[in-house]
Amino acid sequence: MTDLTSLTLAEARKGLADKTFSSLELTDAHLSAIEAARVLNAFVMETPDQARAMAREADAKITKGDAGPLAGIPLGIKDLFATKGVRTTACSKILGNFVPTYESTVTSQLWRDGAVMLGKLNNDEFAMGSANETSCFGPVGNPWRREGSNTTLVPGGSSGGSASAVAALLCMGATATDTGGSIRQPAAFTATVGIKPTYGRCSRWGIVAFASSLDQAGPIARSVRDAAMLLRSMAGHDPKDTTSVDIAVPDYEAAIGKSVKGMKIGIPREYRLDGMPAEIEKLWEAGAKWLKTAGAELVEVSLPHTKYALPAYYIVAPAEASSNLARYDGVRYGLREQGKTIIEQYENTRAGGFGAEVRRRVMIGTYVLSAGYYDAYYLRAQKVRTLIKKDFEDCFARGVDAILTPATPSAAFGIGEKGGADPVEMYLNDIFTVTVNMAGLPGIAVPAGKDAQGLPLGLQLIGRPFEEETLFSLGEVIEQAAGRFTPARWW
Amino acid sequence: MSVDATTVRRIAHLARIAVSEDEVPHLQGELNAMLAFVEQLSEVNVEGVEPMTSVTPMQMKKRQDVVDDGEIADDIVANAPATEGHFFLVPKVVE
Repeated sequence: MTDLTSLTLAEARKGLADKTFSSLELTDAHLSAIEAARVLNAFVMETPDQARAMAREADAKITKGDAGPLAGIPLGIKDLFATKGVRTTACSKILGNFVPTYESTVTSQLWRDGAVMLGKLNNDEFAMGSANETSCFGPVGNPWRREGSNTTLVPGGSSGGSASAVAALLCMGATATDTGGSIRQPAAFTATVGIKPTYGRCSRWGIVAFASSLDQAGPIARSVRDAAMLLRSMAGHDPKDTTSVDIAVPDYEAAIGKSVKGMKIGIPREYRLDGMPAEIEKLWEAGAKWLKTAGAELVEVSLPHTKYALPAYYIVAPAEASSNLARYDGVRYGLREQGKTIIEQYENTRAGGFGAEVRRRVMIGTYVLSAGYYDAYYLRAQKVRTLIKKDFEDCFARGVDAILTPATPSAAFGIGEKGGADPVEMYLNDIFTVTVNMAGLPGIAVPAGKDAQGLPLGLQLIGRPFEEETLFSLGEVIEQAAGRFTPARWW
Repeated sequence: MSVDATTVRRIAHLARIAVSEDEVPHLQGELNAMLAFVEQLSEVNVEGVEPMTSVTPMQMKKRQDVVDDGEIADDIVANAPATEGHFFLVPKVVE
């Protein structure tokens, strides 16, 4: 029998249906892989007993013939999703040993459809980071290394554990979240596929909140088809999230292999940055060529406010974070540090529980919302956000179906290499992805090639609101042309 | 705009984060780096532009005004650091 961990989700589904192997065998294969890959630090909590119980249940259902679309498929869950009875920390000390008494809507839908939980995945603390270096459980290793080098690289962030685990074949797919690029950037750094759906497509209920007007859940997977299968289960209306949209969830998988002939693809000139590595420029051109060969029409477009997206994001996101994170007060759950007064208790708890990056963002958010500064910062940023969204609307109004851009301005870098002296250096990682969150649009990152050092690079496709299907069709064209990439095992 | 050491201490207090004196210069530098970065927004003409309030054009949903949850006090206090019965314990707040 071939190594069960090397299958795609679609292949595993077929093997399970044909009884070539059981979910218990598939699950055990992944549990062994996780054990052998602890050096990557992708999982912060392994749940082997629960995984085997869920796998047995799935096997019984498959035998009975009433299996759900993800029956028996072992997945990893980002530690930002509340899982009933299983510690959920957002990788922050301030949540301590928080054990939810409820399940997030997104994960409950995965279990409804038969998926198996292998454990909880590492991420940047409260999803604030682009390298998975701010986690209280320590950094995650990227399974990819530069050719001929032993240096451990970051997997990107904040969904670094999700991307690393999927790339290292530790789970067949993973949940992730994306506030400024946290699904697409790590996917690009690890040669996995990641999609951030349209704002409102997935329920945010039960996901630890970072910046509520930007946060969206989505999958990281081994192929475009796998991502489509996972998103179908994760998406859907939820009365418990007032921003979740009541639109039927399409069968995203049906979009795979659909012709892209006649589709109009925008190439935004503002994404051509000074000093961008030539390899990324070349890959972008290759991607455009593949889509053209498949029958799409390429047009140059302009998104004039692109350069203001990142600064506007670094007002809006910290402002919302400072408000959302006010709940961590050491009273109702999580860490408590003692103080003589209740104020002192709050201050000591939050100083001891939040890491440096979270403290910094909560403070900047507090500042931009404080009396006398609100108009100059927050209100202005929200106006700029309107302009950023309008750029995209104008482009789509001209008949553009999707926009093609690089996913990141560089390949993966070493742990501790960036952001030490100036936090902005790290923030620039999200320069191509953050516009999409600001406009609430869907975006997918698909592996497209490697740089001269053998590290993966990805391309991003941005779609119209709720037209994820277009992204899956176009993403499949890129995957077919570029192929799929697996790292050489060193762990 | 930039912040001085007094402002850093004031923000920290507003954010309810204890900051020691020797952390202030470092935090001041980081916050000022972020403020310098977002400064470029001042060159955008936002005259007459509506601030964004909802990224997807949708009506705020309203649920039925009925009790659909509750009687879960045990769940609510399950993760609290200090409780007595179904109450959260805190240092004395009112003299």
